[in-house]
Amino acid sequence: MKNKMTYLSTLAGAALLATSMGVSSQTIDPAVMAVMESSFRTQGIADKDRIYPDEVQALCSDRAFFNSPEGQKKAIALQTAALEAIEPPSDGVYMGDWKAGDKLAQSGRGLTWRDNVGSANGGSCYNCHQVTEAEISHGTIGPSLLGYGKLRGNSKEIIEYTWNRINNSKAYNICSNMPRMAHFDILTEQQMKDVMALLLDPASPVNQ
Amino acid sequence: MKSHLIAAAVALTVSASVPMYAVAQSAAEQLQEYRDMLADGNPAELYEMEGEELWVKPMGPKSASLEQCDLGLGAGVVQGAAAQLPRYFADTDKVQDLESRLMTCMENIQGIAQADVVKASFGKGLRQPMEAIVAYVVGQSKGMPIQVPATHPKEKEMVAIGEKIFFLQGGPMDFSCASCHAVDGQRIRMQDLPNLTEHEGAAAGWGNWPAYRVSNGTFWTMQRRLNDCYRQQRMPFPVFGSDVTVALSMYMANKANGGEMNTPGLKR
Repeated sequence: MKNKMTYLSTLAGAALLATSMGVSSQTIDPAVMAVMESSFRTQGIADKDRIYPDEVQALCSDRAFFNSPEGQKKAIALQTAALEAIEPPSDGVYMGDWKAGDKLAQSGRGLTWRDNVGSANGGSCYNCHQVTEAEISHGTIGPSLLGYGKLRGNSKEIIEYTWNRINNSKAYNICSNMPRMAHFDILTEQQMKDVMALLLDPASPVNQ
Repeated sequence: MKSHLIAAAVALTVSASVPMYAVAQSAAEQLQEYRDMLADGNPAELYEMEGEELWVKPMGPKSASLEQCDLGLGAGVVQGAAAQLPRYFADTDKVQDLESRLMTCMENIQGIAQADVVKASFGKGLRQPMEAIVAYVVGQSKGMPIQVPATHPKEKEMVAIGEKIFFLQGGPMDFSCASCHAVDGQRIRMQDLPNLTEHEGAAAGWGNWPAYRVSNGTFWTMQRRLNDCYRQQRMPFPVFGSDVTVALSMYMANKANGGEMNTPGLKR
């Protein structure tokens, strides 16, 4: 994540962007950041500067500000920017292998201070979502994905929407609980294609 | 205990013939049944017994016991002490939770340097006897009401900071405590998540940790529970006994005020 200087310049950048859109920038309570700075240290791959929220995180960390007219303006601005930043697959092929996708959905590995650089991350999908009928060990933080493709079909719109959601769920709902898979390099392009296939391939157990 | 484990395993197998959502329900029920069976002999009790011995044992460079340690109710008063923590202490002029207060006592009375305890790892070295002492101390508040009204200005300040930190997102998955613990009736995989922003959920959380954690086969203090939360949030490492841990503890305990101490608890 960003170090302190980048955090401050991001705030300044946010201030410029925000002012140009008629929205004032947001600062986190300095007393809170002081506690965070004195309390955390880098461990393994988890760098200390992960404590500094980016603009989206800052917005979604403060419910009162989010609910204010200014906050709502900022939400729309950030959501729009998030959607615009998503890239389609580099070769134009959206669908990978659903079997690999299900393995990814099961895996919660990656990015903690006990994980190693270069090891493949998982998508952690089952932590929050029901995905296949067979797997009962699933969370309920996100909606059920059972029958995802069967219910929606394979139109261009659905394919692009699903791709975008996996890349950056916050492009549609800025305070979505779902991690931003592409934005933070949680999943690679191929991995996201495999998750696409898990959800949309008619042969996937999700769609039986 | 082994026969209980066999009974639980049989019960889980039998339930496999039941329709899908019913299996999910009864799996959660079976897990609770299994926990109830274990609660009859909570393995945390072994830690409590060890801690009770260590409390009176001379230790450290000064070869002194913790019997004069003031946990908030006076020197050496252990019964009920955990139920009123975290709290403000005049001698250190700060709000402290149980583990940071124990570090103060270990340093002042026994000569064990706080920095060495902070540097150590959970379940090892200097932390090991400390964790047993934590089990003992919290056991001496079992069944009592949580008493963390946050009347002192510094306590109020910590509650306020703790609440803001609770909602503060960070790291590559944008997680805050609130990502999982701010809504009723949610679970990660099969693990139910208490809503820590409401009294009932906060009491369920704060009142049941520290606990023996079956999946790790070991006793986890609250500091360890918070540490592992931050690890799973993909955040950096919260230093042992640091202000972030005390602030979050203060927020939860104050929200849980009036609830029941069921410590040491028993967790999956």
